[in-house]
Amino acid sequence: MHISTSLWTWLAAALTIGVFSFLYKDNPFYRFVESLFVGVSAGYSVVIITANSFIPNLWNPLFKDGNWPYLVPMILGLFYFAMLSKRFAYLTRIPFAFMIGGGAGLALPLAFQTNVIEQVKSTFLFNPGYYKSLGAFIDAAIIFIGVVSILLYFYFGRKRGTKLGLMPRIGVIFLMIGFGASFGYTVMARLALLIGRISFLLGDWLGIIR
Amino acid sequence: MRRFFGEILPLAMAFFFGTTLALQYFFPFRFAQTYYQTMLQWVIGVASMAVIMAVISFIRYNFRKIFEGRDSFSASVALIGFLMMVGLGIFSRESGSLFDKMYNNVYVPINATMFSLLAFYMASAAYRAFRARTLEATLLLVAAILIIIGSTPIGTLLNMDSLTAWILNVPNLAQKRGILIGVGLGAAATSLKIILGIERNWMGGR
Repeated sequence: MHISTSLWTWLAAALTIGVFSFLYKDNPFYRFVESLFVGVSAGYSVVIITANSFIPNLWNPLFKDGNWPYLVPMILGLFYFAMLSKRFAYLTRIPFAFMIGGGAGLALPLAFQTNVIEQVKSTFLFNPGYYKSLGAFIDAAIIFIGVVSILLYFYFGRKRGTKLGLMPRIGVIFLMIGFGASFGYTVMARLALLIGRISFLLGDWLGIIR
Repeated sequence: MRRFFGEILPLAMAFFFGTTLALQYFFPFRFAQTYYQTMLQWVIGVASMAVIMAVISFIRYNFRKIFEGRDSFSASVALIGFLMMVGLGIFSRESGSLFDKMYNNVYVPINATMFSLLAFYMASAAYRAFRARTLEATLLLVAAILIIIGSTPIGTLLNMDSLTAWILNVPNLAQKRGILIGVGLGAAATSLKIILGIERNWMGGR
């Protein structure tokens, strides 16, 4: 057993135990760690966003390279500060308009191409690979029925009197299996993190396990 | 004045930038590519400036809590953590720096432990939510159990690898594709509504 002599490891271990203490009940130590996390994560995000987004995309082109058209996004960004005044708060809609309008314009063709066209192309039974074996064809057919039934459930499942028969119900079955698989994966990911923290406490900190 | 800057100009800007950025996708000219790259940089730049506003809001909110005596302990700790991280980040962000050590020994352990804590709560919530009352709940429960067991060494011992892989590659893929197509159609429709000024919730519910 070799207990760590690093002050940083002791700090990390104390914070880890602080979070785990919530399993017993809410306590001041947990609240301290929780608040510290809020502050540290906010500070970290600010530093990283400033260094990786603001400086290379706005500050450097404008003030280092003298690229004056970049004054436009700088002025647009300054309108955010109108939020500090109740009287002029409406001016924040100007940068929002640029962000949301631009984002919508970028998303429109991309979302349609990647989420709709490519997925529909892969779902249709045109791919020669689907006919290489009976198993591959059955799998492709199941995927086709699943996708069609899910879409029917999304768009017509709640309407009464539609003559879709069992299709929306089959869609729900596929959705539930998919959600179950996602849930299983999430649980496993969380358990992996838990194992990681316990191995940190017993290994890196206390030196009981290797 | 207020109507122009608060309503007409934002709608016109959303229409102009939305239309031009959507159309550039269909024009394989150099000008369109340059416009796209520049606008992307502008969008990232303007978005990053919102962070400065967020910092001001964060500091104001926590100072207000301290001066009003509402949960001043938590607010002080959050402020100290925030200022410490920003202060250290200004000086050096290289590997081995104090900023890097704070990230690895404060941020990472708390973040990982917080998420690992969810394993306990997910287990108890799952027990209450997924009791096999209906066919749908049973399917969800069975799929989750098969994936969980299949991802462990016991799953390999029980020869469940191929079954787990089939669930992931066939019904799970069908579900993902169905949702992606639904999301894609929804995103395209919402984008179009924003560009045309039909969807105005981003302007504050007007």
